[in-house]
Amino acid sequence: MAANGLVGRPVSGASLIHMSQLKTQLVILVGIFLSVIVLYGFLYLEREWEIGLLLVALPVAILFLKRAKMLSEYQQAARLMPRFTLISFLVGVLVLILLLRHEHFALLMLTTVLLYVTVSLGLTIQFGFAGLVNFAAIAFFGIGAYSMAVLNHHFHAVPDVLIILFSGFAAALLGALLILPILRTRGHYAALITIAFGILLRTFLEVNDVLGGPQGLKVNGLEILGWNFSDSFPAELGGGSFYMAYAIAALLLAVGAYLLTRLIEASWFGLNMDSVRLDEVASASFGINAPRWKITAFMVGNFLAGLAGAIYAAMSGFIAPASFNFADSLLLVSIVLLGGIGNAVAVIPAALLIVVLPEKFQVIQEYRLLLFGIVVILILRYRPSGLMPRGLRQYFPGNSA
Amino acid sequence: MKPTVLKTTDLTVSFGGLKALNGLNFELFEGQFLGLIGPNGSGKTTFFNALTGIYRPASGNIFLHDKEITGASPNKVYGYGITRTFQRLRLATSLSVLDNLIIGNQRNLNFSIWRNILDRRYFKSQLEEQTEMAASLLRRFSPDLAALLFNPVSSLSMIDRRRVEVCRALISEPKILLLDEPSAGMTPDETRALMDELQDWRAQHPTLSTILIEHEMELINKVSDTCVVLNYGEKIAEGPYSDVSNNPSVRAAYLGDD
Repeated sequence: MAANGLVGRPVSGASLIHMSQLKTQLVILVGIFLSVIVLYGFLYLEREWEIGLLLVALPVAILFLKRAKMLSEYQQAARLMPRFTLISFLVGVLVLILLLRHEHFALLMLTTVLLYVTVSLGLTIQFGFAGLVNFAAIAFFGIGAYSMAVLNHHFHAVPDVLIILFSGFAAALLGALLILPILRTRGHYAALITIAFGILLRTFLEVNDVLGGPQGLKVNGLEILGWNFSDSFPAELGGGSFYMAYAIAALLLAVGAYLLTRLIEASWFGLNMDSVRLDEVASASFGINAPRWKITAFMVGNFLAGLAGAIYAAMSGFIAPASFNFADSLLLVSIVLLGGIGNAVAVIPAALLIVVLPEKFQVIQEYRLLLFGIVVILILRYRPSGLMPRGLRQYFPGNSA
Repeated sequence: MKPTVLKTTDLTVSFGGLKALNGLNFELFEGQFLGLIGPNGSGKTTFFNALTGIYRPASGNIFLHDKEITGASPNKVYGYGITRTFQRLRLATSLSVLDNLIIGNQRNLNFSIWRNILDRRYFKSQLEEQTEMAASLLRRFSPDLAALLFNPVSSLSMIDRRRVEVCRALISEPKILLLDEPSAGMTPDETRALMDELQDWRAQHPTLSTILIEHEMELINKVSDTCVVLNYGEKIAEGPYSDVSNNPSVRAAYLGDD
């Protein structure tokens, strides 16, 4: 069939490099291996000069790889075999978690990064695809966290996996309150509505005694198949920090969220969301129902934020309104901006930089918001499509479209 | 006599006190190629926007065949088989040519979660079908352009962008095609080429009715069966180009003759 020939056509253009399947897999494995090593360094190293050295060496190394055409070779390989890449990444991070099994703090950071990646993927669907600016990401994360706390306390017989799912739904449902005002307004005004919602929610939590008021709530740890995540890792399995189990849960969630984001992008859903973002009038003239796609994107994004919030609550063991600040919502938006708007892969390095660096450098910690403000301004001025700009839609592996 | 496909009676669109369209009575027959002309600001694009549901008429009615569609949303109007191009191109430039054409073919896409996210094999067959449709449509207009199917629209030349926009309007095989000044930004040769390609399509789709907004009188003369002239939102003349072009009030509106 002629269409088969077209859809299966490899990436066109001068950069085409022919690779055998084995070589493609090898390139991917090397790429993932190097990334995991860098990730290990970021999480494990503690002295400021060590991290500083890594920060200087990394761009130099990337530039070198780019010059040697190895970067584009890797990108092409990952495009050809996305499933293999994802599985390698999953295994790579699992190995990393094992390597770090006694490092509480490193694992906590890794888990936070993975949870933030999940929320950022939700924002990618909302902002990157459908063009909805959401400055209340942390509010939906918080709704997920509080749902987890309350549901876990009251329904002990219900499996925790279901409770996590319910927490996601709770975030999506409460988010539905905003749909009407957001659809009726545009641009900055829609953004203002989300800001107001975030502040409103925090105030509500602070004055609500049933939900613990400003003191917050205690949360039970996750329990799956009779094993409590918040106990240390069983000694028979080599022992380790209790964060290990949460890191694995957060990893599985992030991988699931990534798959969902990519599948949405590579279907008519993503196509219509893009069309609505780029030109609402033209979209309407071709039968695209803009509200339908905005609502879909908003609900799915908030659902992901809620899921991440639920795991966060169980891991922390304690949540309070003060953990869900407007500043954190800004942080999440800046992850999406720094990575590359609409690029699902890019949120991973961006979340890593934005979450981990302040923990490593005291200076950044103190002037965190100020520095992020400057970073966002610099990105918007000099690299508006982010560190890793989004490419053309790829419906299927090896398909150039 | 061919059947009437589109009719408006007393169609009025106003912006505040200004009547951009004032009591327009208009009729389009099946297979007709109608040229809509008039000076800047005479209400031509407003007419398209009223037909496609972007503006809501203040009064009057629009009928498609015998069905009233006054005030229908743009989504609905597309569903009835009316598509359009825009004077200032409104393509999704950061998306590929293929993506843009598929956007135009909404009517034939399956939007169930099952068929998009879960059953990827079915989705692949849908994508292949759409790709084949888009490629063969483009090939008709320009074989060179068909080879650029997977390139972003932002990398195309002006004439290719126009072609993509026309193809986006044609891919769903509409009953009525509205062309809003397709010659804008193109050389006369390019415009002629585009029109020839369009005439080929019409020869194979004899029931397609077309309304063309155009400033190039040569072009109108060559392609249109009949003309409607608007001035200040009112119809001032109607008929074959040769009659209309000699009409004194048309000459006055266009050339400022007394």
